[in-house]
Parts: sequence; C-alpha cells; structure tokens
Amino acid sequence: MAKDAINTGVTGTKRVKRGMADMLKGGVIMDVVNVEQAKIAEDAGAIAVMALERVPADIRAQGGVARMSDPDMIDEIIRAVSIPVMAKARIGHFVEAQVIQSLGVDYIDESEVLTPADYINHIDKWQFTVPFVCGATNLGEALRRINEGAAMIRSKGEAGTGDVSNATGHIRTIKAEIRRLSSMTKDELYVAAKELQAPYDLVCEVAEKGALPVVLFTAGGIATPADAAMMMQLGADGVFVGSGIFKSGDPVKRANAIVQATLHFDNPDEIAKASRGLGEAMVGINVADIPVPHRLADRGW
Amino acid sequence: MSPVIGVLAIQGDVREHAHCLTQLDVDVRLVKTAEQLKGIAGLVIPGGESTTMSILAVKNNLFEPLRELRNQIPMYGSCAGLIMLAGTITDGRPDQETIGGLDITAKRNAFGRQVDSFEIDLHISAIGAPDYHAVFIRAPLVEAASSAVEVLAAIPADKSLTGTDQVVAVRQDNLMATSFHPEITPDLRIHKYFVDMVRSA
Repeated sequence: MAKDAINTGVTGTKRVKRGMADMLKGGVIMDVVNVEQAKIAEDAGAIAVMALERVPADIRAQGGVARMSDPDMIDEIIRAVSIPVMAKARIGHFVEAQVIQSLGVDYIDESEVLTPADYINHIDKWQFTVPFVCGATNLGEALRRINEGAAMIRSKGEAGTGDVSNATGHIRTIKAEIRRLSSMTKDELYVAAKELQAPYDLVCEVAEKGALPVVLFTAGGIATPADAAMMMQLGADGVFVGSGIFKSGDPVKRANAIVQATLHFDNPDEIAKASRGLGEAMVGINVADIPVPHRLADRGW
Repeated sequence: MSPVIGVLAIQGDVREHAHCLTQLDVDVRLVKTAEQLKGIAGLVIPGGESTTMSILAVKNNLFEPLRELRNQIPMYGSCAGLIMLAGTITDGRPDQETIGGLDITAKRNAFGRQVDSFEIDLHISAIGAPDYHAVFIRAPLVEAASSAVEVLAAIPADKSLTGTDQVVAVRQDNLMATSFHPEITPDLRIHKYFVDMVRSA
C-alpha cells in the first residue's frame, strides 16, 4: 500500500495501539495459511486475518516445533487483502517479533499456539511500535500481559480442538474476576493484586472501570456460528476462529455464517439462519482427551 | 425531547461513539438492521474496518436504506465512516461499496499501516480553541474534494512531509466526516458539533 502522506505526529503510542484493537470490535479474526484462504476470509467479512503456516489443529496433529511463518508467505497475504493482517511470534521470541514488525504486519500475536522460545519471560512489548495481542486464561495473566505492553487480550481456550468448553471457561473466569474486583473496597484491592499476581495500579483501574483497559476477544475451540454468538453473549468484544473454518467441510459457507452470527449474536433467529446447511464441522477432539502436557493453554504464565 | 441518534453497529467503535453521544443529552440507538434505521434523527458511522463494514452492509441489505436516508438526516462518519460516506475511494477493494454523499475522493490507509498510526494536535476553527488532539489509526485521507465540500480540518503543510495541507475533516450540507477518531479521546467537541447539526436540521 503506497504511503504517500507522512507527517510529524507521534506513532506507536498506547492510545493508537489500543485504539487499533478498538476498531476490530464486533469482528471475527480468521487463521489463514495462504492467499486463497485470506481472500475467502475477507470476502466473508472477517475483520482481520492471522497469517500462519499451519492452523492449530495441524500443529497439534503433526507435532514438532511450531515457529513464526515464512516472511514471503506473510508478504503475499498482506498484498492479497485490504483488511489488517496479524502474525504470530513465539512466546518470548522478541526477534521473531522484530522481524514481523519489519514486514509491516498490523498486529503481533505472542501466541501459545507456537512453541515457546522462553519459559520465563514474555516479550517486552513496550519496545515495539506495532501492537500486540496475548492470550490469557484468567485475569491475573491478562493483567501481566497488559503490564508488559499487550494492547489487546484474547482468552485462550484450547486451540485446534473445536471444543469450545475451555474458551467458555476462560472468558467466564476473566469476566467473573473483573466483577469480583468491582465489588471490593479500596483496601481489599491490595490483597487482590497480590492474589492475582498483577500490578496494583492495573488492578485498581479494572476495579474502577469494571472492564479491562484493552479489548478482550476470545479464542480456542470456536467451530460453529452458535459458538461464536455464545462468546459474544458472554461479553467478548470479538472472536478468533482458527481451525474451525478451514478444517470444516465448506469453509466459504462457514466463514460467512460465523461472521453473521457474530454480528447478530443476540438474535437467535439470525443465528439459526446462519447455522443451516453448513456441511461438516471440523471433527475436533475433546479437551479432556488431550494429555495435559499437550494442552496449549498451559503455555504462558 | 431528546433526538434519537443511531450508531451503525456492524462492528468497530460503536460503544465509544454511544458513550460520547449519551453525554450530550441525546438518546442513542444501535442500528444493525434497516428496521432500526426508522425514526432516527441522525446517524453515526463509527471507526472500524471499512472493507468489512461495506461487505457486511451489502450482506445485510443496508446500503439502499442508508443511501435513501443520507438525503434526509445528518450523518457523521469517523475513519471507516469517512470512507463509507465518500463518493469515490482509492486503494480499496475494487468492488467496495459506499453510501456516498460526500463529493470527495478518500484514500484508504493513506498514512500507511498500523505502525504508522499517530496522534497530532489540529486547529479546527468550527469548534474553536484550543487545538483538538486527534488520533489517526490506519486512517484515510481526503485526497480531493469538490467546491461544495467545506474543509473543517487539515494537517497543515508545515507539519506534513508531503509539504501540502492534508484534509482530514469535511462537511457537505448534512454530512460530515473525519479521518480521525474523536470517540477515543475525552474531548466531546466534535460530537457536540454533530449533535448541533442534528438539532438544527
């Protein structure tokens, strides 16, 4: 995209990073592995695409170390669509993040779906102009990521399963912990911060606003229009759909249907209409059948 | 009686616009269907992703009623909303539809991708002093405008590396649009300007 109008404004601020995520609200972000899928996603009304080499279901099936995607592939997708493009870096792999930023990607996902590069530290996200989204299973984890500079949070769920139960559990946990903070007195928040292992200032901010200071999407196991609408009714600002679309029988139909159901999430008639004639859903695996060491949501802390 | 102002709720900064408007003593209605457009006195088209907004407006049969309505009530678009109200767009998808109404050519993502998003203070005489702190996110630019279009704000030539004024806020009769996002800053003057348009329409 030609950049013909540069000016002397300030870039990379907290406000433009968090604001970018604001613009995605109400939308569906779809995992895509090639240009063809990216175009299907855009045509269906996806708000952004996540460019990656293998969808989580394949990463799970094939095993091995999962890393950042090939820059050529990310470039091709950036050229192919006009909606924002996101890409994943491994947890703690700040050089992968530097590379992705240099490609002109609009958002980086520091993601547990890839094999972590650092089992102690996450990326210091304040050092980047590009904004980051990070996964979280609970409020403390979300606030630690925000403290490191994440400008958007997605509840993790369990990627690549098509089993929505963990996604439900994580968004419910985060929302419930926020409500709990809002009901506390000021002096109780010190202990709450200790228990959440999160910075006191952020805990106070959440308690006062009754919401995270950044946009909260949900992810990990969403496979049907009704799954997406349920996440929205539970209070998500939007959804990530990974394997659920391109591992299904009819990705074009399903992509459209999940977008429509997310838009009309509070209208059961519309969700019913979107749910008709979609063909096979991704087969999926129950989270309970996955041995604990292979559960992705446990990566990150 | 307070006028009812709709916020097009396909996606994007719906909540933020609604929050700004409710502070200005108007009733707000979130609009997702043609039915919900009935009876509103003004409409805000929020910031978001214009490609997505346009595709979903087509799928949900909203363009026809919106085009009809743009001749009847004031409309205000921020960022993606500016693109939706532009008569002509460049660097969009070739099939991208708009509501139109503003005789302008809007260039999508004119300042670059997300890493180029920025904040800057702007002088806007229509809302008076002090300067307005404007936030631009993957923002469009008004590349060209007919003589019927009033320029409300521009990044002045001495602050733009192109060396020319960059038009970022316009008005034409009942329609106004900004490249930037007044909904994510606490300064309500842009929304107040629009609410005044609605009240005096």
